[in-house]
Amino acid sequence: MARARRGTSTGAPLRRYFARKLLVYALTFVVAVTVNWMIPRFMPGDPVASMVSRARVSQPEAAEAMHAYYNNLFGFDEPVWQQYLHFWSALLQGDFGLSVWVFPTPVSDVLLDALPYTLGLMIPAVLLSWIVGNWAGALAARRKVLDNTVLPAGYLLTAMPYMWIAVILAWALGSKAGWFPISGGYSLDIQPSWTLDFALDLAHHWVLPFLSLFLVALGGWAIGMRNMIIYELESDYSSYLSALGAPQRLIRRYAFRNAVLPQVTGLALQLGVLVAGALVTEIVFAYPGLGSLILAAIQNQDFFLLQGAFLFIVIGVLIANFVIDVVYVLVDPRTRTGMAGGQS
Amino acid sequence: MSAPPGPAGSDSAAVATPVEKKAVGPARETLHYAVRNPKLLIGFTVVALLLALGLFGPPLLDTTDPNAYGGPQAAPPDSTYWMGTTTFGQDVYAQFVHGLRATFLVGAVGGAIAAVVAMLVGFFAGYRGGVLDELLTMVTNVVLVIPALAVLLIINAYLGVRSVPVQGVFIGLTSWPWAARAIRAQTFTLRTREFVDLARLSGSGTWRIVFREIAPNMSSYLFMMFILLFGGSVLIASSLDFIGLGPTGGVSLGLMLQSAQQWSALQLGMWWWFVPPGAGITAIVGALYVANVGLDEVFNPKLRES
Repeated sequence: MARARRGTSTGAPLRRYFARKLLVYALTFVVAVTVNWMIPRFMPGDPVASMVSRARVSQPEAAEAMHAYYNNLFGFDEPVWQQYLHFWSALLQGDFGLSVWVFPTPVSDVLLDALPYTLGLMIPAVLLSWIVGNWAGALAARRKVLDNTVLPAGYLLTAMPYMWIAVILAWALGSKAGWFPISGGYSLDIQPSWTLDFALDLAHHWVLPFLSLFLVALGGWAIGMRNMIIYELESDYSSYLSALGAPQRLIRRYAFRNAVLPQVTGLALQLGVLVAGALVTEIVFAYPGLGSLILAAIQNQDFFLLQGAFLFIVIGVLIANFVIDVVYVLVDPRTRTGMAGGQS
Repeated sequence: MSAPPGPAGSDSAAVATPVEKKAVGPARETLHYAVRNPKLLIGFTVVALLLALGLFGPPLLDTTDPNAYGGPQAAPPDSTYWMGTTTFGQDVYAQFVHGLRATFLVGAVGGAIAAVVAMLVGFFAGYRGGVLDELLTMVTNVVLVIPALAVLLIINAYLGVRSVPVQGVFIGLTSWPWAARAIRAQTFTLRTREFVDLARLSGSGTWRIVFREIAPNMSSYLFMMFILLFGGSVLIASSLDFIGLGPTGGVSLGLMLQSAQQWSALQLGMWWWFVPPGAGITAIVGALYVANVGLDEVFNPKLRES
């Protein structure tokens, strides 16, 4: 194992590492777009007809226009390969089609309006749960008493469905205690604006959704960190260090550093789950982000909005994964020695 | 989307630990530790009790239709309606025991399919190496990065009629990547062992070596992975049900949560409507995770408490 590690660090790994990752991301994007394109074509039923009828456009001319528009956009009259290419070229120009639910608005506009709410909820929840979870896990690995509380609590939290903890929090802290509002992104009686009042109101509505996302994710990180630290403390280098008489604090510090690396990878692996969690949490709290939009899209059979949201999510996850890859290079000493020319 | 937060850490720990079951000793020793491991016992007992409730609960009820309207409306739990009733006078307990069935079914189908795909991809990528490995790893990474829920959302939205097994199949087909990666890493460490070399020298084919030599040596690991995939499937299914993409015309714990949410059980203070289904899911998944830790301690001598 050690030999293999040194081997990779002496080459020119960094460029290859990123080239590989970028290739995977590019492929993922192509696959996602293709899936998006394929689904309305290969699923049973006539999506165009059902979308037009669902849109409940009163004038027949408007319905006719929509039908023509959809048929044109899907291009069902063209050969399949041409439909595929058109889909791509429209997409690359930022054209996601028009929303059926809020009819004349472009899907991209609808999504961009919702995006800040989702990001404002997810980014703090993901980062803080990761930091606090790792910290709690590392502490638990050290103290038996803490371990006996952190571990069961951690398993309980991880096993909870996101929406359930959201419902429970809304019930306990919202309905019963009345501390926080349980629905919406801001109060209905204020207009969104750049004022302190609005910011406070926004923060007030943000607490419960944030808390539910934070709590569920927290348990997993704590358990993961605890297990990794215990594993590291039992490894050969730890026994060697303690045989040399190194202070426990030093050994723990090394163990922590080694244990954090898989947790960074774990963050990348977990992103999909966290996105899913954010979506259902938003639905519970009627928070005006992508999750609520997806619900509306499904209920109104607005497939353009649904597909647009899907691509937005994929792009978001790809960007987040790329950021994690960069962070990984920064925190992993092996890739850094490779970068400096590799002295080991 | 399926990697439950637990395995992210325990997974890499397990990957790095040798899985030489042969060296640990005979199955009797494993059993010896298994029946003495409290985590394993508690976890499996909780799962078994809930499974029994799901299997035997519905036949013991007066009605066969858990969604039947009748009885008092929005009544809190009492001796007749153990978990109270919904706004429409549906018996929450009847829905709960029926919903448990759907939960176990979707976990079993989703977990099994994900495990089979993960094993095929992981074993062959890890054992054959080379171009096949590059290709399978690439596919795994691509599927890993696409959030499964997002894929399931659009597929489910287009499908007209939905059932629990179909839901399980789709969940299984999207939730295998993390497990495939872990199996690949495990296979990597096993493929250069003497007994594998010996099998190769004696002329065994890839298929035979993988399933006769490599797989049995990580059977404990595979079993633990199945448990995590099972729990993951249950959680994903509950999310889909909650969004309104659950089985049509059936009942599941996720659908119960959805209707509680839809009919403002929260605002009306009807806690008995939304607490049982969520608690049921949490109990099943949590018990599986705890049992998994117990299994880890049983199979892995390093982790045993003296």
